[in-house]
Amino acid sequence: MAWLFVAPTLFLLLAINIFPLLWNIYLSFTNYKANAPNRPLRWLGLRNYERLLSNEDIWASMQVTARFVFWSILLQVVLGFALAWLLNRRFRGHGFWTTVIVVPMMLSPAVVGVFWTYLFQPQAGIFNYIVNFFYDFGDFTMIGDPDLAMWAIVLVDTWMWTPFVMLICLAGLRAIPEYLYEAAEVDGASSWRQFWTITVPLVLPFLMLAVLFRGIENFKMFDMVVELTSGGPGSATELASIYLKREAFEKWRTGFSAALAVVLFVTVFGVANIYVKLLNRVKER
Amino acid sequence: MRRTFLTSMALSMGLAAGVAQAQEKSLTLCWAAWDPANALTELSRDFTARTGIAMNFEFVPWTSFADRFLNELNSRGKLCDLMIGDSQWLGLAAENGHYVKLNDFFEKEGIDINDFLPATVYNYSTWPKGSPNYWALPAMGDALAWVYRKDWFARPELREAFRKEYGRELAPPRTWDELMEVAKFFTGREIDGKVRYGVAIYTERGSEGITMGVTSALYPWGFRYQDPEQPYRMEGFVNSPEAVEALEAYKALYECCTPPGHSDAYMVANLDAYKSGQVAMQMNWFAFFPGILKDEQVGEVSGFFVNPRQNEEASVLGGQGISVVSYSDKKDLALQYIKWFAQPEVQQKWWALGGYSAHRAVLEAPDFPESAPFAGDFLEAMSNVRDFWQEPEYAELLQAMQRRIHDYVVADKGTAKEALDKLIQDWTEIFEDAGKL
Amino acid sequence: MSALDQARSIVEPTPFSRRLAAVVILVYALVSSIPLAWIVATSFKTPSDAIAYPPKLVFTPSLEGYVNLFTARTRQTPEYLASLPPPETWYEELVRKRNMVITGPSRFAGRYANSLIIGFGSTFFAVFLGTLAAYAFSRFRIPLKEDLLFFILSTRMFPPIAVAIPVYLMYRQLGLTDTQLGMIILYTAVNLSLSVWLLKGFIDEIPKEYEEAAMVDGYSRLQAFRKVVLPQAAAGIAATAIFCLIFAWNEYAFALLLTSGLAQTAPPFIPNIIGEGGLDWPAVAAGTTLFLLPVMIFTIILRRHLLRGITFGALRR
Repeated sequence: MAWLFVAPTLFLLLAINIFPLLWNIYLSFTNYKANAPNRPLRWLGLRNYERLLSNEDIWASMQVTARFVFWSILLQVVLGFALAWLLNRRFRGHGFWTTVIVVPMMLSPAVVGVFWTYLFQPQAGIFNYIVNFFYDFGDFTMIGDPDLAMWAIVLVDTWMWTPFVMLICLAGLRAIPEYLYEAAEVDGASSWRQFWTITVPLVLPFLMLAVLFRGIENFKMFDMVVELTSGGPGSATELASIYLKREAFEKWRTGFSAALAVVLFVTVFGVANIYVKLLNRVKER
Repeated sequence: MRRTFLTSMALSMGLAAGVAQAQEKSLTLCWAAWDPANALTELSRDFTARTGIAMNFEFVPWTSFADRFLNELNSRGKLCDLMIGDSQWLGLAAENGHYVKLNDFFEKEGIDINDFLPATVYNYSTWPKGSPNYWALPAMGDALAWVYRKDWFARPELREAFRKEYGRELAPPRTWDELMEVAKFFTGREIDGKVRYGVAIYTERGSEGITMGVTSALYPWGFRYQDPEQPYRMEGFVNSPEAVEALEAYKALYECCTPPGHSDAYMVANLDAYKSGQVAMQMNWFAFFPGILKDEQVGEVSGFFVNPRQNEEASVLGGQGISVVSYSDKKDLALQYIKWFAQPEVQQKWWALGGYSAHRAVLEAPDFPESAPFAGDFLEAMSNVRDFWQEPEYAELLQAMQRRIHDYVVADKGTAKEALDKLIQDWTEIFEDAGKL
Repeated sequence: MSALDQARSIVEPTPFSRRLAAVVILVYALVSSIPLAWIVATSFKTPSDAIAYPPKLVFTPSLEGYVNLFTARTRQTPEYLASLPPPETWYEELVRKRNMVITGPSRFAGRYANSLIIGFGSTFFAVFLGTLAAYAFSRFRIPLKEDLLFFILSTRMFPPIAVAIPVYLMYRQLGLTDTQLGMIILYTAVNLSLSVWLLKGFIDEIPKEYEEAAMVDGYSRLQAFRKVVLPQAAAGIAATAIFCLIFAWNEYAFALLLTSGLAQTAPPFIPNIIGEGGLDWPAVAAGTTLFLLPVMIFTIILRRHLLRGITFGALRR
């Protein structure tokens, strides 16, 4: 009976996830090209992996990904926590404002990317207009400048996902039992001290959970950035997923990109697993 | 809750039925979303009127054109019955059986491929190149050329200022050096109270933009893809001193004379910059020129010139042939369309509506050069066009070039020589993988 | 009771800090709403107002963006336009003013319909299968339960592009590329992890005793599931369904790679709405507005369950 209930789900996941994954691993050892299926298939052994590890472009795109993940998450954690802390004052109407703030994260990232290209336009765009309203930087272009483009994608990602971190932190703050503060108050601890000895440690597991989710999501990031910068200028914002898409579906180097996909799987999986262990240790404390 | 959910399910199913219910006899033609596509829609009305076959169109913007439709072909999709695909796709499409070979059909229907301009037949129809194996009928001749603001070039005060600065008359440039001067001259200049810029050139990263742009500098400088004696030997050709110079010139032009934020621009962005009066000149395909002439704002004041020479004369080839997709269920209907399209009267109307016929009856007519302000330029450009690699590995080769060139020109990484050296490495690897080296 | 109230007041924020917090939050909410407000405003601009420099804050609203979104048009010469009978509808009139005529409907409605069909179809299956599996995971003893659950969750960690490579090849073999069915199956599979995890949480909250009582009364297990558990879990199922729907609605990578003209959904289509010459920003903005509107409404409906949904049920409130 139990299996009857679970079987369809497991079957579908096996068919759409596991079988393709195995196929993908098999392909990663071959020279297969999906746009030239008639070409004789050759077994390459570890050749694709060797090439991949000695490829500077992949290394560069990994660096870009790491930089993007780091800065976007840092900003989101700081902003998200601050907002949650403020919202926890429970002023009148905080429920309504929470909903308003949360809207961006529910939107389609690709569509968000498209309309931010419009907001970032150097002359007609509202972003430069607002920035120059406060301090006149003259002409600048967020997505056309190799140094600013990274900040453009970090900014948009932060705009979208700060509410996510905020919601999770808010849950953490609300889970702190009041008596801890009461006890601290009785002991005469300053509010600064209360913040560091009660609030921060107790919210930390929640914050780490938020970082886990955002980390995985941003490591996979594709849609928003493709529409916003398409990896440019040059390869300044070419994240691992974008690089993979180009190899797999523009250059059609299926075998090689299958190997890259495997490396990405292993990376996410490995890092996420280590991180979850760490998270559990923090929780236990 | 359940009821509303079911209602919406029912509603969406109804929509699905509506979409699925198409006309009995119909064809879908796939092409890019641009001005000539509208002309083709117009032209095709005659076809529907004569045969009763309804025409559907799937037009995709150029920036996702190759991506979408190569994917469509590679996944053996049935969306398109007819495909107006890029010249460089022929190798891939022929070797993997995406297109129907048209030789027998031409013979049966008495279509003589020699009625079309040889350069277009070579580039848009044959694979292997130059062999009598035809995979498409030349549909749309095209090349890269330039548009300029005739009214600004004619202003006495500007002409005076230009003469003072450069010691010659302000005129449409004939060499890339002159182009650079004119572009510099207009950049930052205030005309009618607004700051203007010199040129809008292609800098797009995602598809083929910057490659098309930069090759229109590389070719006139004398760039060659490979050793004519030894195929696929690129060292000393792709990175020749001329190539380096041309690439540097293109970057210089980008840096000095394009409007702010012109870092990911292809056809549409150039048109925008030009039509809104931001720039004095733009590079673009001939395909857009009829539309520019009709434009409310700039129609009257636009002039045209062929890609400037430097060491030699050369233009970048655009244009496409029309092919029958072999995965289509309606190949016979699709062939009927091609048969209809190949007729001289239809080709004449095609040109009149704003399409670029490649038919000799149209192009070699004595009054052709006078039939439009850019018609003479078009013939001139088509007489020395060059194309990108047409190998089946075209997509890989193009992506490699997009990356290396954009990294150098827009993202300001490394030197021109380094960019081209890296490009040779990438290309060598691709040819090695394909077993050609 | 009153003693407790008094104890609370020690840690209650002061009125001043409350007001300060309210002001900061208000400012953030307003600033973060600018992009969306600007897009909605742009959808009511004319194409030339949309690219005006400096940006126009005050403008005469126009429905041109929406008209352009839903129609295909061609430019004509004034002579030809003069020869036409006068326009019959307000939108034809609007288009004529730009020296153009409407040649037919655009593809937007079809793409939107695809989004609806694929969204609702995959949501239905994901929730249906998910409810069954979640019930089993919640109530039965299943060997390796934790591992299976983790496996189900882990399918969500794969980068979509990486999954797309083999799925692309598989769909090509099966003829599922660019079909609504193919996309429904794919999105169902992707959404299953979310629906199983969320629903397991909801069902865990329903006391077992209810079903046990029902079964004592002579209900079979299936009947108890249908008549006792399902009604109790209805709110949770609805929330899960909306989350699945939003995911399918917003998905881009698979849609980009696996669909083309027949089953393409709105997200890969919206960036491709181009007008004559340039990108038609009012039309893009109009498409964006119409596309985002349902999600905004759903967000308001869902606000109580948001946290749960975004953390796969890991956090509840």
